[in-house]
Amino acid sequence: MLQPLIFFLICAVGFGYAGYKFSKLRRNVLLGKDEVIEKNPGQRFKNMMLVAFGQKKMFKRWIPAVLHGFIYVAFLFTQIELIEIIIDGFTNGHRTFAPLIGGLYTLILNTIEILSVLALIATIIFLWRRNMLSIPRFNKPEMEGWPHKDANIILYLEILLVMAILTMNGTDAVLQGIDPAHYPDTGTLAVSSWLGPLVFGGLSESVLATLERAGWWLHFLVVIAFLNYLPISKHLHIIFAFPMTYFARLTPKSEMENMPEIQKEVQSMMDPEAAFDEADMSAELPEFGAQDITELSWIDVLGGYACTQCGRCTAVCPANLTGKKLSPRKIMMDIRTRAEEIGTKLDSGDKQYIAEDKRESAKALTKENFDDGKSLFDLISKEEIHACTTCQACVEACPININPLEPILKLRRHEILTESAGPTDWLPMFTAIENGGAVWAMSDARDKWTEDV
Amino acid sequence: MSLNIPRMADLAMEGRVPDVLFWVGCAGSYDARAQKVTIAFCKILNEVGIDFAILGNDEACTGDPARRAGNEFVFQMMAAQNVEVLNGYQIKKIVATCPHCFNVLKNEYPALGGKYEVIHHSVFLQQLIDSGKLKVEGESPRGDKAASITYHDSCYIGRGNGIYEAPREVLNTLKADIREMNRIKSNGLCCGAGGAQMFKEDEPGDKRINIERSEEALATGANTIAVNCPFCLTMMSDGVKAAEKQEEVMVYDLAELIVQANRW
Repeated sequence: MLQPLIFFLICAVGFGYAGYKFSKLRRNVLLGKDEVIEKNPGQRFKNMMLVAFGQKKMFKRWIPAVLHGFIYVAFLFTQIELIEIIIDGFTNGHRTFAPLIGGLYTLILNTIEILSVLALIATIIFLWRRNMLSIPRFNKPEMEGWPHKDANIILYLEILLVMAILTMNGTDAVLQGIDPAHYPDTGTLAVSSWLGPLVFGGLSESVLATLERAGWWLHFLVVIAFLNYLPISKHLHIIFAFPMTYFARLTPKSEMENMPEIQKEVQSMMDPEAAFDEADMSAELPEFGAQDITELSWIDVLGGYACTQCGRCTAVCPANLTGKKLSPRKIMMDIRTRAEEIGTKLDSGDKQYIAEDKRESAKALTKENFDDGKSLFDLISKEEIHACTTCQACVEACPININPLEPILKLRRHEILTESAGPTDWLPMFTAIENGGAVWAMSDARDKWTEDV
Repeated sequence: MSLNIPRMADLAMEGRVPDVLFWVGCAGSYDARAQKVTIAFCKILNEVGIDFAILGNDEACTGDPARRAGNEFVFQMMAAQNVEVLNGYQIKKIVATCPHCFNVLKNEYPALGGKYEVIHHSVFLQQLIDSGKLKVEGESPRGDKAASITYHDSCYIGRGNGIYEAPREVLNTLKADIREMNRIKSNGLCCGAGGAQMFKEDEPGDKRINIERSEEALATGANTIAVNCPFCLTMMSDGVKAAEKQEEVMVYDLAELIVQANRW
């Protein structure tokens, strides 16, 4: 009865720690500002099913879509096997489902086997593509270091997982002929029924049984490792793609979010009957736009965590294509980096991260009194946000509907409205609009063109 | 031929609201090249007999470039002013030749109390053609040469508002060879002007965006680049000039191509 006990302990630690890490992720995402979400659950659910579950937007590029599809569908089907592993693990059983569902079991196992082989091929192609081919979007500056390593680690884990499955099934296929009482018939398997005898045939029963257990345990352990790896990996998209596509905005891509606070202020300014509110004017100057993730929407932060760094956004960004510093992917990666930084600092409880003016009175470090003197602008330069043409190509390109344009525009708003900074080239335009009602300073009447016709 | 371009203020004196208000925009009013598009569109409106008016000096910038640059104050001031004017004249329907004006009027003014039916002129032209009101008769918009046209999707009409087919349908009525670029429709490449880039120098890089896009357009071998945005018009014209192809390749707005084809 040792095995179920060990299994239980690993489950408790593995799922427990992952749960703890995911609760931190949730906390970090919700560091972003609350946003009123336009209700339309039907449309949102449809988007999630089409874009996340159905991978609709991947098919803008067929080859990666098909290869990615193999890994994705293999992953989905392997979950069935995982359920059986968990049941077997707790009950000390072996292939509990096999005698129960018979032919269907053979079908499921075959599906998993074929998909696993396809996923293995896809994984090898992906490794080759990422490391041997010089595909521009995989070789941008923001991909250096950990992001590159992360991408490869996931692919290696994938290979390990397929190896585990094939070892488990291959040895099992041989063992079914030796000891049918302990190894229930799984029917003929597309891969293992020939690969098993080919690789493992002739080995002694005890070696086979050990290998079978090794494959089984490896499969289980890789899954647990994967789950605990997700919170620090770009691979988190396998889960976050679903809320991302559900919560992604439904309005036209070119529509900018309104700022009701400024709308109100302008209205009262322009209304001659509104009393001049002295008290309001002397109050602390409000902050507009965003300079940190706490001023972005939580959906922007969710986007940072959901991003799998594929770089399709950057590959179509006109600014990036012409050598400017802006990379929409980097913006999303920076949002996650900053959210992690704030999360870690909050966890430390260190009072030096309490805003200076509140340090005396505050009992403990909280999200509300947090101020480490840093912002997103420590990661994102002004040059980057100035290069955006708001063409929405990045928004269109994202396979899971992340919107890099929104945070860029919120950063711009902060720069212009709160810092009163920004490209000096824009000043004449602002002045011309404000004073003359046109983007250029013109002395002619607006309808002068009608005179010549 | 002298054009009939009614002013909204005059119509209001008679207590009339036209079927459609033509929103000319800053570029359409002041930019010498874009003015030609404005006039071409007015010619079409006159020829078809559309009951329209312009705001003239009552019109002001929608605030689009200020908003995209981050200056919400300037945007809100312009929006408040324009909404007041439009609501005061009881405007119901607006047609705009500028995709940026169109987008703000259609998608962003409703939240500020300005609710109108807003239509971009490429869709307006397509509807006139579909209903048989606008006939495109001429052989070739380029006169002597057989025209070959490549259409550049503007971001704010294309990706922004999902309008990809209407401009193409308008072009299909011209007896011309339509040649698509590689990056079209939802994958279309920006001309480089949006997001208030029109009003500032480029950030450091190794190429200008309009050069990248113009090269792609020129590679189709088409002798006409069709656009539906005054800023694309500037950017693509500059790009063609930079490639020293301005003698062979012309950049025109859809409205101009129709006027040319009909010899109006």
